[in-house]
Amino acid sequence: MSRPKGAIVGIGELKPQRLTRGVTTLEMIAEVSRLAVLDAGLEPAAIDGLLVGPQVGETPQHVPATIAEYLGLAPTMANVVDLGGASGAGMVWRAAAAIEAGMCEAVLCVLANNREETAPRSPNRNPIREFDVPFGASGANISYALLMQAHMARYGSIARDFAVIAAAARANAQLNPDAIFFGKPADAEAVLASPMIASPLHLLEIVMPVAGGEAIVVTSAERARSLRKPPVHLLGAGEKVTHRAVSQAPHLTSGPLKSAMERAFAQSGTRADEMDLLSLYDCYTIMVATTIEDAGLCAPGGFGAWLNDHDLSHKGDKPLNTHGGQLGFGQPDLAGGMTHVVEAVRQLRGAAGERQIGKAGLALVTGNGATMSEATALVLGAA
Amino acid sequence: MAIDLNALKTPGPTITALTKPFWDAAAEGRLKIQCCEDCGKAVFYPRPICPHCWSKRLVWQNASGKGRLKSFSEVHKPGHPGWLPAAPYVVGLVELAEGPTMLSFILAGTRPLHVGDMLRLAPTAIGGRVLPAFRPVEVEPGTEEKPK
Ligand SMILES: [Zn+2]
Repeated sequence: MSRPKGAIVGIGELKPQRLTRGVTTLEMIAEVSRLAVLDAGLEPAAIDGLLVGPQVGETPQHVPATIAEYLGLAPTMANVVDLGGASGAGMVWRAAAAIEAGMCEAVLCVLANNREETAPRSPNRNPIREFDVPFGASGANISYALLMQAHMARYGSIARDFAVIAAAARANAQLNPDAIFFGKPADAEAVLASPMIASPLHLLEIVMPVAGGEAIVVTSAERARSLRKPPVHLLGAGEKVTHRAVSQAPHLTSGPLKSAMERAFAQSGTRADEMDLLSLYDCYTIMVATTIEDAGLCAPGGFGAWLNDHDLSHKGDKPLNTHGGQLGFGQPDLAGGMTHVVEAVRQLRGAAGERQIGKAGLALVTGNGATMSEATALVLGAA
Repeated sequence: MAIDLNALKTPGPTITALTKPFWDAAAEGRLKIQCCEDCGKAVFYPRPICPHCWSKRLVWQNASGKGRLKSFSEVHKPGHPGWLPAAPYVVGLVELAEGPTMLSFILAGTRPLHVGDMLRLAPTAIGGRVLPAFRPVEVEPGTEEKPK
């Protein structure tokens, strides 16, 4: 296995909520940042790197400066990571790379979002707005429905194969009291009986949008040794961005995560089948299906049979999204992707409580943005 | 269910000087796309440079209007409220005979849709403007064009 490229030494998470009233995203960023830095056992002044997400509507520009000022930080490295659902995973290797480059020593990576009842409509003026929206294709649901239909047509996958993914996420969420669907399990039949949103995509195969926030602190592996929590090492990373609109996707049944994961496995000297935890980005059921295939866990088209052969719970042989995934936990906008990082850290620390997996040495974390367009993969390891 | 698509209050295209030839042609019921004189590839959507070779020698040409359905979705809950009266309606990914793929509105044929179906340009007034929609090619049983 490779030398660690960095370490995650602190995590913070806000309990998701359906709506906020009069709360700004900036306020939520402050709350969750504090949790992560406290968890790391660092003084705020020790934070000298800052990675944040775009703040649509609230702070269109100068986002790192606005957040640094609000938190009382004066970072020597600050930037926006704008990779949609891959932003959280994308922050992890960027933080480690900035530390390796000698720009900073402790990086706060933070994503949060409020969710007020009166959210403004997108003011986009770009190709997707000009060439997709006028034909009736607004929003991500239709894009992922098109990906799902293409998979079914090419490989003969059936609706139930996908429903199993949502049901497993709901089942895992029953062990996470913070999950938005805690106390609300749903089996495959319930998923298939939920309303059709855009065929072949059912309501319960789509994440529930929520308000929330996630933050982590990244240091070098050396620095991590002196901190209070067991460090989680970044062993490998990969990234790829291929398109924005689904019409411009180079492939409909395989995505940029394929090469991102290949790089992450190569960098870390690991294989997909060695992972003790699969923390896979799951905005829609089709995203998990494609990621399982792109990871090489099964042949293209074989995810349905693969799911049948494995137990995805924390006690199972292939624990997948033990926090409930975003399908069970809720999707706090861009922070949704970071939930997969935070849960992997909990598991690799051995601190996941009653949902702790048995052997917790290696985790695959994936992030995905836009329409299977923006991809980041991480291999994390227990110290 | 017959609804007047042209009466919908749906968002129209955000046209720029560069993309105007596409929408002007659409208004006349034609599909015009760019073609690169250096690498020979067709380009959709319109750009100032060829995304394949970065040449600036892009010329407009009339597309054949033939395409193949790469995927489709019957939309029950539209993302924009202007489309609600039309739901359920079908959008699809159309691989044009010239090569590029575009997203479009798919009009109903006489048979259920399948991925791989051959399509033909079917200019349709939607939301107060004529858009390059598509319709499945009706074929006699046993004579279907096979997708490549
Ligand atoms: Zn060219």
